Amino acid sequence: MHNRGIELAVGTFMAIGLVALFFLAMKVGNLSGFSSADNYSLSARFENIGGLKVRSPVKMAGVRIGEVTDIGFDRQTFEAVVTLDIQPQFDTLPADTIASIYTSGLLGEQYIGLDAGGDEEVLHDGDQLELTQSAIVLEQLIGQFLFSKADEGVKDEGGF
Amino acid sequence: MLNSLAALGRRGLNMIQSLGRASLLLLNILRGQACLLSRPSLVVRQLYSVGVLSFLIIVISGLFVGMVLGLQGYYILSRFNAEETLGVMVAASLVRELGPVVTALLFAGRAGSALTAEIGLMKATEQLSGLEMMAVNPVKRVLAPRFLAGFLSMPMLAALFSAVGVFGGSLVGVGLLGVDDGAFWAQMQANIDWNKDVMNGVIKSLVFGAVVTWIALFEGYDAIPTSEGVSRATTRTVVYSAFAVLELDFVLTALMFGET
Repeated sequence: MHNRGIELAVGTFMAIGLVALFFLAMKVGNLSGFSSADNYSLSARFENIGGLKVRSPVKMAGVRIGEVTDIGFDRQTFEAVVTLDIQPQFDTLPADTIASIYTSGLLGEQYIGLDAGGDEEVLHDGDQLELTQSAIVLEQLIGQFLFSKADEGVKDEGGF
Repeated sequence: MLNSLAALGRRGLNMIQSLGRASLLLLNILRGQACLLSRPSLVVRQLYSVGVLSFLIIVISGLFVGMVLGLQGYYILSRFNAEETLGVMVAASLVRELGPVVTALLFAGRAGSALTAEIGLMKATEQLSGLEMMAVNPVKRVLAPRFLAGFLSMPMLAALFSAVGVFGGSLVGVGLLGVDDGAFWAQMQANIDWNKDVMNGVIKSLVFGAVVTWIALFEGYDAIPTSEGVSRATTRTVVYSAFAVLELDFVLTALMFGET
């Protein structure tokens, strides 16, 4: 009888441990999310990808529809080649969809935002997104701002 | 001068010798695992004393560690207006580091010391020699099931620690400090990866479980069979386990998260 109590306690212990692992998988991690094998992949070329990383989200209208699976570099054109994995239910993206690199929040992570075009044709597995917009690099932005300010200064002096 | 040099050399040789004995013991224990398949009740009994009895301390410690992480994390993150990432911070630090490491330290204190004392007393009261007299191999009959039980229960306890800790963190963060509930969990899910974070934590806890149990069993088996010897062996178990866990944690972290 005593032995049965011990077995019961051990069984409960193991079950609770497994439940905790399951909780970590489902609630804390994102196992339920994006590891499906039916995803189809698209590629896009960017002049500058900024801080984009593998596993960065791909969003359309703010909804996560896939993720970045690979980032390569083209030695001929000096462009970054990014491979996107899109979930199978989003298979109606027009062929002239624009891919841009955005930042979520001021200091947040970077993601790829897709903007639908108007083409009748849809994108299929292995297709390339022709229209892309590179990441905005803060230093370049500040540089441009300074130059335009300097230009204004020159104009003002010329006016007087 | 010569004497102290000789003493130093003897200590070094003794250390290497006990490392050798420990390795041989581990080999024998691993070889003894096969015959446990036919007698699972031995393992169940040890799982009870090693795992189930450590349950309460792990749950309570996990809850409070998670709550402290919630408080401290909120204090730092709110300076940068990034309270929403509190969930990520709590979950990542628990799953990756604190879960396996603190559980292993508690496990060494709670279960490891008990194992050492038990085996050491068995040796001191000549129960182990008694088993040998009856042609029962004490390594297979006594040590092997204890080793398997420690190896199995550590990942369970670590997962439990992490899960309860995340819950404690949400209790403080969402309940007490008013972080947005949706943001807390959504950011956590977006940034914690199953393979990279959770599974690596599980691997860590498996390694820690094996090492802590190994140290505890060896110290007990190798103890000088007097009451003083057993007490010293118990102390050594806790100290060596803590060293081994913290050093291995660095090595494992460097291996797992080094190249990103």
